[in-house]
Amino acid sequence: MRHLLSVADLGPDGIEEVLRLTDNFVEVSARAIPRVPALRGKTVVSLFYEDSTRTRLSFETAAKRLNADTMNFSVSSSSVNKGESVRDTVTTIAAMGVDAIVVRHSSAGVPWQVARWTDAAVLNAGDGWHEHPTQALLDCYTIRERRGSLAGLRVAIVGDVKHSRVARSNVLAFSLLGADVTLVAPPTLLPPSLAGWPVAVSHDLDDVLPKADVVYLLRMQRERQTEALLPSLREYTALYGLTRDRAKLLGDDTIVMHPGPMNRGVEIAAEVADLPGAVITRQVANGVAVRMAVLFLILGSGGDLGG
Amino acid sequence: MDAEDLRRAITRIAHEIVEHNQGLAGCVLIGLQTGGVPLSGRLAEALKQIEGVDVPIGTLDVAFYRDDIGLRPVLPEAVTDIPFELTGKAVVLVDDVLFTGRTVRAALDALNDYGRPRSVQLAVMIDRGHRELPIRPDYVGKNLPTRRDEMVDVTADGVDVGTMEKRAAQR
Repeated sequence: MRHLLSVADLGPDGIEEVLRLTDNFVEVSARAIPRVPALRGKTVVSLFYEDSTRTRLSFETAAKRLNADTMNFSVSSSSVNKGESVRDTVTTIAAMGVDAIVVRHSSAGVPWQVARWTDAAVLNAGDGWHEHPTQALLDCYTIRERRGSLAGLRVAIVGDVKHSRVARSNVLAFSLLGADVTLVAPPTLLPPSLAGWPVAVSHDLDDVLPKADVVYLLRMQRERQTEALLPSLREYTALYGLTRDRAKLLGDDTIVMHPGPMNRGVEIAAEVADLPGAVITRQVANGVAVRMAVLFLILGSGGDLGG
Repeated sequence: MDAEDLRRAITRIAHEIVEHNQGLAGCVLIGLQTGGVPLSGRLAEALKQIEGVDVPIGTLDVAFYRDDIGLRPVLPEAVTDIPFELTGKAVVLVDDVLFTGRTVRAALDALNDYGRPRSVQLAVMIDRGHRELPIRPDYVGKNLPTRRDEMVDVTADGVDVGTMEKRAAQR
């Protein structure tokens, strides 16, 4: 595997390989000294054109725990403000000798372009509405940690699917691993066409919740919504939010997930996020181990795992 | 070596471990993934027969500590499991075959990240020579001169020496 751009590049076997390797890095992360020398001498740079806390910190922590050197690039303090193009920025960074570039950009496809411009490995940390593969991998790992396997699980992905790269990567990953995915959203927050998506669609959350093994709530992405897609946030919460009353419909083993950052009181009630079935902080913890696994596979293993 | 020879060698190594450490106080066994793991289990059984003590057993995978990462495919075989404190213990590393010594070097680095043992000893079933590092075993089942291109397999049935071609043909 040379780059990680899309979940589709991995395929079911590649995903399994990442998840298996993640077990090792969960063990490493639990140690008193959570660090191994596997990527000593490698340099990983994060190139983030969009705001991020958890993904950037998570990648950086992962790289550091593998003993790689990290460099950080954020738009606000860089030459991008002087009008430098993405291509020139990438060329400049690559000229300093980096082994991997972690890219986030508000436009879909940018990581693919970056991969054409550099010899370094490229990891997609989110491109527009398109994909966020490491999020999908850490979600698969978190579900597997609780339920052993995704095969046959009923997963409801609820909320702003239209603007969500998390939803796109997760639909791919969950279905590749054999889960049945149902999207639950108002029609205005679904993509214009779902042709080719291996999913069912519902507009009735109360009907879906009792049958779901996993309820995956998406963040209401108000910064990406350019038109009036909802009458009001209160109406959205009333129909599609996981409120305290609605949480009573959940099965005892049902897992509640959210990619963060949460809008408490909008898509998820404040106290629901702290229920025993909520694995939201596990997702964050597993994120570091999953990203260690991905970095190791790409930079360290010397193996060839497709892609 | 057949299965009987293997059993006798394990019993002898167990006696040597007891003698060398003047008992088993503070001793732990750590099997290297993957070949050392079954051997460490059998050594622990032998030690129990001799001294009546259950010696703690752990397993160690050294993939992340290898010096050939990036040069060849390196993937861990299993998750390291050391469910006890190492600091102050006498650790006996157990592996099936000692060859270049690079796995043992990686294992010594890895142990450092788990604690500071009082001492580290090395037990191997086969020492086949060709060392590339200043490492020697404390307990050896058998010294077995080999050519570099030969393969040595240790199973419950005994020890088998072959070539790459022979191994490929058996698959």
